[in-house]
Amino acid sequence: MLPEPIIEIENLCTSFGNAVVHNGVTFSVNRGEVFGLAGGSGCGKSTLLREIVLLHRPQSGSIRVFGKDVLGLDDAAALPLKKSWGVMFERSALFSSLTVAENVGLPMREHTQMSEALIKEMVAVKIALAGLPASAGVKYPAELSGGMRKRAALARALALDPELLFLDEPTAGLDPLSATAFDELVLHLKKTLGLTIMMVTHDLDLLWQVADRVAVLGEGKVVGIGTMTELSESKHPVVREYFYGPRGRVAWKSHGNKS
Amino acid sequence: MNLTSHGKQAATIEIIQADNIVRCGGQWSLAGIASLEFRLASMQWPVVKALQFDVAEITAMDTVGAWLLHRTMYRLEVKGCAVNLLGQRSEHASLLNMMQALKLLTDHSTIPPSQNWLEKTGLVVWPHVQQFVGMLTFVGEFVMLSIRSLAKPSSIRWRAILYNLQHVGFNALPIVGLLAFLMGVVIAFQGAGQLQRFGANIFIADMVGLLMLRELAPLMTAVIVAGRSGSAFAAQIGTMKVTEEIDALRTMGIAPMELLVLPKVVALMIALPLLTVFADVMGVIGGMVMAKTQLGVSYADFLERFDTAIKLSALMVGLGKAPVFAAIIAMVGCYQGFQVSNSADSVGKQTTKSVVQAIFLIIVADALFAVIFSWLKI
Repeated sequence: MLPEPIIEIENLCTSFGNAVVHNGVTFSVNRGEVFGLAGGSGCGKSTLLREIVLLHRPQSGSIRVFGKDVLGLDDAAALPLKKSWGVMFERSALFSSLTVAENVGLPMREHTQMSEALIKEMVAVKIALAGLPASAGVKYPAELSGGMRKRAALARALALDPELLFLDEPTAGLDPLSATAFDELVLHLKKTLGLTIMMVTHDLDLLWQVADRVAVLGEGKVVGIGTMTELSESKHPVVREYFYGPRGRVAWKSHGNKS
Repeated sequence: MNLTSHGKQAATIEIIQADNIVRCGGQWSLAGIASLEFRLASMQWPVVKALQFDVAEITAMDTVGAWLLHRTMYRLEVKGCAVNLLGQRSEHASLLNMMQALKLLTDHSTIPPSQNWLEKTGLVVWPHVQQFVGMLTFVGEFVMLSIRSLAKPSSIRWRAILYNLQHVGFNALPIVGLLAFLMGVVIAFQGAGQLQRFGANIFIADMVGLLMLRELAPLMTAVIVAGRSGSAFAAQIGTMKVTEEIDALRTMGIAPMELLVLPKVVALMIALPLLTVFADVMGVIGGMVMAKTQLGVSYADFLERFDTAIKLSALMVGLGKAPVFAAIIAMVGCYQGFQVSNSADSVGKQTTKSVVQAIFLIIVADALFAVIFSWLKI
């Protein structure tokens, strides 16, 4: 079966003032894969993610999600698209005035006709799916630890059973143990819910563990794309620097040699 | 499952009594679930030993569908009816297994007990007690710090004081001046009609002068500054608390009280009396303008009467209150800033509180001053 592209990005150009961030970025993400977007700080990974989810407009190029050109959409036309993806932000972006349960329930209350009782049950399901104890539901985001906040943000991103999940730096700020647990959670969810996941990350361990394919951004372009094993054999200097810096080597030793 | 197929096929469930089979079909997902929930709630289940769920016709399933199926099956099993699934697809099976693995229905230990009335009352009252004690502690700490700073003037941060002085004092001049001028205009306008009836036009100078100098200028200025600067103090310190800047200061061995609070209080205690004098002048000018247009009292007559009627004590009484008001505004603002917990929401709440409490305390203090001055016959 031919891979079915869910996100197609073509010739994307972005600049902030004189600083050119993207200069002709082209790649696509297929259904059912975990796609990693890597690159050094400031290479425009997060900006690219923000452009896909319609938070930022690029100067030129095209972005197609589920076959629809997202850049030309007005608010009404973009709504079905927004219901079919979930976004987990780097700093979790939980609404601080709402409890975790209310945070997770918000998209359901806004966008579905489920009864209040069923919403409460589904909120409990999503909270448990994200690996949080049921008691976390009544807490406010400020009362949670960093790792729990990430999980709560994941539960909210999963609220509407999205087909496509965006994760921005999912393991940033987590201790190695929580980060490993998060890797496993992402894999588990992908398998059982049939998600397509696109994540932006610095975390090489996470990329080795979960990503099916990875694109490395550098110099405003995609400088390498493929599985981690393929990328680790790339000759491009930016990719090599990224993979064979001291931290990259450690991750490569522990994962790369196995595969 | 993709965007275009949404909403095509509603989820269905029906019982075929004769064979003890329950036939499920359609999209058991958010898109097709709308009526299923209500259908399930009103269904009459036959009392039998075993039921077969034929799920082969289910075309799509997500967590909501899986949950509803899991819940239905669980409730039947509790009633003593064994449930079998027929024709289950593997991807649906894994979803259903996941729902079972969560053990949300079997595990009741996790639900926190509800609170009784005593606990609820306590939870409402206790924060107020804490708030009061906290404020006292804060004032105490501040006084101790001020004494230490006075003993060692080199530790006072003059630059911070000057910076605050510009922001709370100089930058507030236009708004304070304009409002005081309008205040004078309004008083003179209201008084003019009454005085004219008795032919006591010239006494407009007494009225405007006394009212502005003794009461209105200090009070109005304090209220404006509370809204302008008290809230800014609370928001600044509160945001620093959220971003852990306060903690960073503490770890560097710099007392936040010394760096953030002391300069603000000192600056405001200098600025507010000065602003009050400015408000006095602008208010009286407003009154003068109105006296001329409404009552025909010339500027020269007004000033001559003002000179004889208003004693220096009127000005001093007004100015004496200003530093006290300043201390209240700055302390409440800073204290509420430190009360911010780690959320954006709480910055807003504490900022509001700082303004409300400051204005409340200013008016209470003003009333106390009125009582004290009448005892002292000033």
